[in-house]
Amino acid sequence: MPFPGPRADDEHAVVVDDLTMRYGETLAVDGLSLEVARHSITAVLGPNGAGKTTTLETCEGYRRPQKGSVRVLGLDPQSQRRELLPRIGVMLQHGGAWSGVRAVEMLRHVASLHAHPLDIDMLVGRLGLESCGRTPYRRLSGGQQQRLALAMAVVGRPELVFVDEPTAGMDPQARRATWELLEELRADGVTIVLTTHYMDEAERLADQIHVIDQGRLIASGSPFELTRGTGNSTIRLVVTEPFPPGAPVSLQQALGPTTEVHPVNDQSLLISGPADASTLATVSAWCEKHGVLPESLSLGQRTLEDVFLQLTGRELTP
Amino acid sequence: MTTSPTGTGTFAPRPGAAPLPAQVLAQTRMETKLLLRNGEQLLLALVIPVIVLVGGVLAAGRIGLDFPEGVLETLAPGVLALAVMSTSFTSLAIATGFERRYGVLKRLGASPLPRSGLLMGKVGSLLVVEALQILVIGATAALLGWSPSPGVTGVLAGGAVVLLGTAAFASLGLFLAGALRAEATLAAANLVYLLLMAGGAVVIPASSYGALEPLVAALPSGALGNGMRAALMDGTFPVVPLLVLAAWTAVGTALTSRTFKWE
Repeated sequence: MPFPGPRADDEHAVVVDDLTMRYGETLAVDGLSLEVARHSITAVLGPNGAGKTTTLETCEGYRRPQKGSVRVLGLDPQSQRRELLPRIGVMLQHGGAWSGVRAVEMLRHVASLHAHPLDIDMLVGRLGLESCGRTPYRRLSGGQQQRLALAMAVVGRPELVFVDEPTAGMDPQARRATWELLEELRADGVTIVLTTHYMDEAERLADQIHVIDQGRLIASGSPFELTRGTGNSTIRLVVTEPFPPGAPVSLQQALGPTTEVHPVNDQSLLISGPADASTLATVSAWCEKHGVLPESLSLGQRTLEDVFLQLTGRELTP
Repeated sequence: MTTSPTGTGTFAPRPGAAPLPAQVLAQTRMETKLLLRNGEQLLLALVIPVIVLVGGVLAAGRIGLDFPEGVLETLAPGVLALAVMSTSFTSLAIATGFERRYGVLKRLGASPLPRSGLLMGKVGSLLVVEALQILVIGATAALLGWSPSPGVTGVLAGGAVVLLGTAAFASLGLFLAGALRAEATLAAANLVYLLLMAGGAVVIPASSYGALEPLVAALPSGALGNGMRAALMDGTFPVVPLLVLAAWTAVGTALTSRTFKWE
């Protein structure tokens, strides 16, 4: 029996299989495969330019897969676009409204294209848009535009919502309101796919995180699974002056093969491995020998930031 | 099998597209509202045609403008043609250019509104604005003493000219908006409008252009102007101008469908 092709079943709202997308010389998405479980919040995490938006826009039917395939709610976003669109909500990263349209007027317009839209006043209240309801779109703050975009994505009562960087540029209060709304959507049975480069957002919201970098999937798992890692801990060393040349290499030699040293910048580095007394003693001795004054030496659970650094050798948020 | 955790919550999925006619109506209403809210668009749609009409009639004597059938009788249909051109070409091109720029087309592209529905909505709003223009310009002309008697044929012919003229100019306007950046569209749409108003036989009959008559009559502006004049002045069905407009519609539609970029 041949291996069945990718399809979205009852379990999966989105199935991306070996997706490859290229813009000229740039390989934006490189053989990416991932799945999104229904009724979950799935975060696609990665630095700017990792291929997050391209992947999302292919799922939304804006782009045709150059190689590989994408199924959304069991449908092909290209050939079954008309069938799919009423069932999904899309929050774009930028724009999406006339410059002269009033905020609530725009929301009402999008609502009127749907058969069973949400109650506008409720949605406006939930997202704190009452005070700017009559403000023309071009005069809304960045955070207000983001919240309006989210409202437009969910107003049609979709089964699946794609949100691209939902809280970029939001103040903490708006951010919290957005997170709470997304959590409530999930509780009511909506599947949410969000892209973000904020660790705390992914850790707080996501049931499942797909970490992508340079168009490839480099890790998948729940926030717990990803940060638990192999049971090892992480030591973060921050020093007062820049490290002497060759510092990471000599520290690595001092610590031996059971640990890994990742330079973060010229004044801090990350050591992963057994965080025991002997490791700490070795680090202290190394500092003394090289005339380096530690500003902090912290031991702790890995964060997603550490995971990303270990996987790619680079920081997620520069 | 997985079921929705609650199914009854505030946000419980209940997706669906509104019926297409309702979507088209909503789009028409929205686009019309935005167009009428925009001062520059109103200037283009109403103020300039009225100034051309009143100014032309008042200044005709002084600048030696004379037509065998009378100045007002000749200018009024031409100004109606100018109004149709300003809305279906310039206004549409500029509005659509900025819709591309601001991601409105992209956003609506992910809504239940199909592209055909968007196009119908746009055409609907053009026709609403044109009806308003015909009302205002017609009333102004009547105040100046215009009392045409085109008969049933002329009225039907005028309607056909307005519809085909709208189709021709809208397809050309969308071509411009879909191929150029928003600022370039703004500049080009205004420039083309000014050039056609001045030398495109829209307000002044093609027959006034001497040897250039066949050329200007073949322009969409000339065909629209001549068609309106034939319909409203002579009460005839202007077959040649309508064919010219149909040909331009075909050209504009072909160009647009090949080049239009939604983003």
